[in-house]
Amino acid sequence: MTDLNFIYSELFLAISIMSLLIIGVFKKNSSNLIYNLSIISLLSCLALIFSFPINENAELFNNSYKIDYLSSFMKILTISSGIFVLISSNKYIQTININKIEYPILALSSILGMMVMISSNDLILFYVGLELQSLALYVLASFNRDNLSSSESGLKYFVLSALSSGLLLYGCSLIYGFSGSTNFFVISENLTQDDYVLTFGIVFIIVGLAFKISAVPFHMWAPDVYEGSPTSITIFFAILPKIAALTVFIRFLYVPFLNLIDQWQMIMVFLSIASMLFGAIAAIGQSNLKRLVAYSSIGHMGYALAGLATGTNQGIQSSISYISIYLFMNLAFFCCLFMLRRDEKYFENIQDLSGLSKNHPLLSFCFLIVLFSLAGIPPLAGFFAKFYIFSAVIDQSMYFLAIVGLLATVIAAFYYLRLIKIIYFDKEKEKYETNHNIGLKLSLLISSIFILFYFTYPSWLIEIVEKINII
Amino acid sequence: MIDFPILSSLILLPILGALFIFFSKSKSNSDTTSKYLALFVSFGNFILSLYLWYLFDPTTSDFQFLEERTWIKGFINYKVGIDGISILFVILTTFIAPLCVVSVNNNIKNSLKHFLIAILVMESLMIGVFCSLDLVVFYLFFEGGLIPMFLIIGIWGGERRVYSAFKFFLYTLLGSVLMLVAIISIYWMTGTTDVMYLYSIGIEAKYQNLLWLAFFSSFAVKTPMWPVHTWLPDAHVEAPTAGSVLLAAILLKMAGYGFIRFSVGLFPIASEYFVPLIYFLSLLAIIYTSFVALMQEDMKKLIAYSSVAHMGFVTLGIFTFTQQGIEGSIFQMISHGLVSAALFFSVGVIYERMHTRLINSYGGLVSIMPKYAIVLMVFTLGAVGLPGTSGFIGEFLILMGAFKKSFLVATIASFGVILAAAYMLWLYKRVIFGKIINQEIKILTDLNKSEVLILSILAFVIILFGFYPEPLLNTTKVSVKDFIEMYYNNINFTKN
Repeated sequence: MTDLNFIYSELFLAISIMSLLIIGVFKKNSSNLIYNLSIISLLSCLALIFSFPINENAELFNNSYKIDYLSSFMKILTISSGIFVLISSNKYIQTININKIEYPILALSSILGMMVMISSNDLILFYVGLELQSLALYVLASFNRDNLSSSESGLKYFVLSALSSGLLLYGCSLIYGFSGSTNFFVISENLTQDDYVLTFGIVFIIVGLAFKISAVPFHMWAPDVYEGSPTSITIFFAILPKIAALTVFIRFLYVPFLNLIDQWQMIMVFLSIASMLFGAIAAIGQSNLKRLVAYSSIGHMGYALAGLATGTNQGIQSSISYISIYLFMNLAFFCCLFMLRRDEKYFENIQDLSGLSKNHPLLSFCFLIVLFSLAGIPPLAGFFAKFYIFSAVIDQSMYFLAIVGLLATVIAAFYYLRLIKIIYFDKEKEKYETNHNIGLKLSLLISSIFILFYFTYPSWLIEIVEKINII
Repeated sequence: MIDFPILSSLILLPILGALFIFFSKSKSNSDTTSKYLALFVSFGNFILSLYLWYLFDPTTSDFQFLEERTWIKGFINYKVGIDGISILFVILTTFIAPLCVVSVNNNIKNSLKHFLIAILVMESLMIGVFCSLDLVVFYLFFEGGLIPMFLIIGIWGGERRVYSAFKFFLYTLLGSVLMLVAIISIYWMTGTTDVMYLYSIGIEAKYQNLLWLAFFSSFAVKTPMWPVHTWLPDAHVEAPTAGSVLLAAILLKMAGYGFIRFSVGLFPIASEYFVPLIYFLSLLAIIYTSFVALMQEDMKKLIAYSSVAHMGFVTLGIFTFTQQGIEGSIFQMISHGLVSAALFFSVGVIYERMHTRLINSYGGLVSIMPKYAIVLMVFTLGAVGLPGTSGFIGEFLILMGAFKKSFLVATIASFGVILAAAYMLWLYKRVIFGKIINQEIKILTDLNKSEVLILSILAFVIILFGFYPEPLLNTTKVSVKDFIEMYYNNINFTKN
C-alpha cells in the first residue's frame, strides 16, 4: 500500500472528478460551483505533488508507472496550466453559454489522462492515458454544440485522432511482438539487435505522437480544430496535450530506444524541420487569430522536437525549457484574445486588432511583448527558449537543423510583425470592453511579467530542468 | 569609486526613466512633463558618461570599469567593461539621446510619451551594445534594439512606414541569426563567450573563416555595406527625425564597432583572408553609392546614401589594420555620428515647416532662413570632410592607413571624397541658394530656440573636433595600438 503514496495526486483527481459529477447531477444549477470546485481540486492536486519530495524516484505497479523528477515537473506544468486555463476562460464560457457541469469535469478528466501519460512506463498504460485525455478532448472540442464549426472540429478531431491512435496501437503491437513485453524497461533489455520490424514499430508510434503534438506532416487537423473549438478549448489544445505528448516522446525515445537513435534521429530531424518551416510559411496567409496560433504552435513544436532530435540530456532539457516558456507565451496570447470582447461577443479575426494601441495601450503592450517573444527576439523569454534549443542542437554539430531553424524564425517573425503592425500602425476601431474578471487579468499579468522579466534571472529554469537526466 | 557599477548604471538609467514615464499619469495632450523627465534622465546619463570619461584611464588598453555577474548559471556571465575603443561610442550615444529628446517636441503629434519611452529604451540597449564583453550579452542588446526601432519607424514614420519598418526588421534579423549560430558554436568550441578570455586563447584557425562570415553577415547588414544597404534609405526616409538620427548616428556604429571588436579581434586570420572582399565592398560602397546619392531628389535619401558611403570609409579603415586606419575609423564613426545626426535634424527642421523632403521644392532659403543657412553650411562641410571639421580628420587618417596597405585602393577611395563634395555641395546649393521658386517658402520662419540649441551644439562640436581632435585620439590611441599588436601577435602565433 505504500506505493499509493506516490500517486495521491492522481487518485485525488480521479475521486474529485467522480464526486464533482455526483454533485453536478444531484444539485441543480451547480455549474459555477463545479467550476470553482474543479479549480480548487486542481490546486489541491498541485499541493499534493509538492507535498512529496519531487526528486524521489519510484516505479509502481510492476514498473509500469514511473514517478521521477521529469514526471513531477511535467505534472506541475500540466496542472498549473490547467488552472490558468480554467481561471482565465471563466468569463468566456459564460458568455458563449457553454457553462455546463460537464465542461470542467471533462477538462479534469483530460488532465488526469495526461498525468497518466506523463508517468507511464508501459505501452498499455500510456495508451490508456492517451485515450482518456483524447476522449475528453473530443467532447470538449465540440462542446459548443449549437455552433456548426465547433461540432465539425470535434468530429474531425475524433476521426483523425482515432486513425492516429490506430497507427499507434499497431506500432505498440509490433514492438510487443518483437520484444515480448510492453514495459519500457523490459523492452530496452530485450533489444539486442535492431530489426526493421522494430523500426516500423517505432515509426508508427512516432507518427501517433507527432499527431498529438501536431507536427508536420501530421498537422492537418490542427488549424480546423483550433479555429472551430471554443477559444477556451483552443488554449487547452495549444498547451496541455503538448506537454504530455512531449513527455511521452522523451520517455519513449530515450528509455527503450536510445540505442536505436540512428533509426529515429533522422525522422525527428525531418519532423522538426518540416514543422518549423511549414508553421512559419503557412501562418503568413492566415486571417483568423486562432488559426494563426495553430500554425504558430506547429512551428513551435518543431523547435521543441529539434531539442529531442539531438539525443542528449541537454537536448531534452532544452525541449522542456522550451515547452515551459512556450506555455507562458501561449497563455498570455490567449488571455489577450479573451480580452477582445464587445457586447457579449468575442473577436478573433486579425482585423479586429486594428489600431488596438490607441484605445487599449496596456493590452497592446502585452500583445507586443508576447508577439516579439513568440518571434524569439531578445531580451524576451522566447529568445532564451530558442537559444537553449539551438545551443543543444549546435553542440551536436547539427548545423543544418540549426540554420534552417533560425531561418524559419526569420520567416515566422514576419507574421508576428504583421500582427504588431495591425495593432500599432493601423487605424483604430471601436473600443472593446474593459471590465474583465480578476482571474483573466491575473493570468495575463503573471504570464506577461514572466515573459518580460525572464531575462533578469534566467538561471532558475535552467536549474530546474538540469535535474532531469533521462539517459 | 571602483565599487560603483557605473556602466550598469549607464545602461539601466534610461530604462528606469522609461519605466517611470510609462507609469506616470499624464494628460494625453500636454506631455511636457514626460518630455522634461526624459530630458532629465538622458541628460543625467550624459553627465554620468562624461564623468566616466573623466575617470577613464587612457594610458592603458585594459578593459576598465569591469563588472561581472553570473547570469545564466554555468553558461553565461553578464560582463561589461570598456576600453579606448568603446568609450567614445558610449559618450556619443549619451550625447545624441538628449538632443533627440529635445527635438521631438515639434514633430511628434500623437503619443509623445510612448515615443520618449522608445527613445530611452533604445538608448539603454545601444549603450549595452558598446559595453558588453560577452558575446551573448552583446547579441541580446544588439537584437533587442530592433524592437524599439521597429516601433519608432512603424508608428511615427511617414507614408510607407510599414514597408520600411518590415524591411528594416527582417533584413537585420536575417543577418543576425547566423551570428547567433556562430556565437553558440564558439561557446561549444571554447567553453566560453567571454570576449576577454577569447582574446587571450584565440580561436582555431580552421573555423575562423566560417565564423567570420557569420558575424560578417550580421554586421554587413547593419553597417550597411553594398549590396545589403537597401534597407537604410527606406528606413531613413520613413523614420521620424529623431528615429533617423538614432539610426544614422548610433545604430550604424554598432556594426562598425562590431567589426573592430569581434571580427578583427576574434578572427584575425579570417580577417586577413577576407581583406580583398572588404576592400572591394567598401570601395563599391564609397564610389557607387556616392553616384546614387548624386541622383537623389529626396534629401533624406541623399543623406542616407551618403551614410553608406561614409561607412564604406569606416570598413576600409578598420581592415587596413594600421594605427591610423583604425583610429581614423573610430574617429570617422564619431564624426559621422555627429554630422549625420546634424544633417537629419536640419532636414527635420525644414520638413516640419514644408512637409516635403524633395530638394526641388526648396531653393533660396538663404534669404528667408539665414541662421539655418549658416549651420547647414557647417554640417555640409563636415560631411564633405573639409579641413577644420571633424569629418576631415577621420577620412584623412583612414586614407593614410589605406595608402600604407594599397596605393590603388587608397586612390580609388580618395575619389569618394571628391564625390562627397559634389553631392553635398550640390544639395546645399539647390536648397539654400538660387531663386525662390516655391512661394510657400517665403512665409517660413527661421530656427526656433530648441532648434538653435540642438544645431549650434552640434556645429560647435563638429568644428571643435575638427580643430582639436586630441581628446578623442588620446582616448583611443593606446587601446588601438595594443589592439593591433594583439592582432599581429595572433597572426604570427597561429602561422608558426
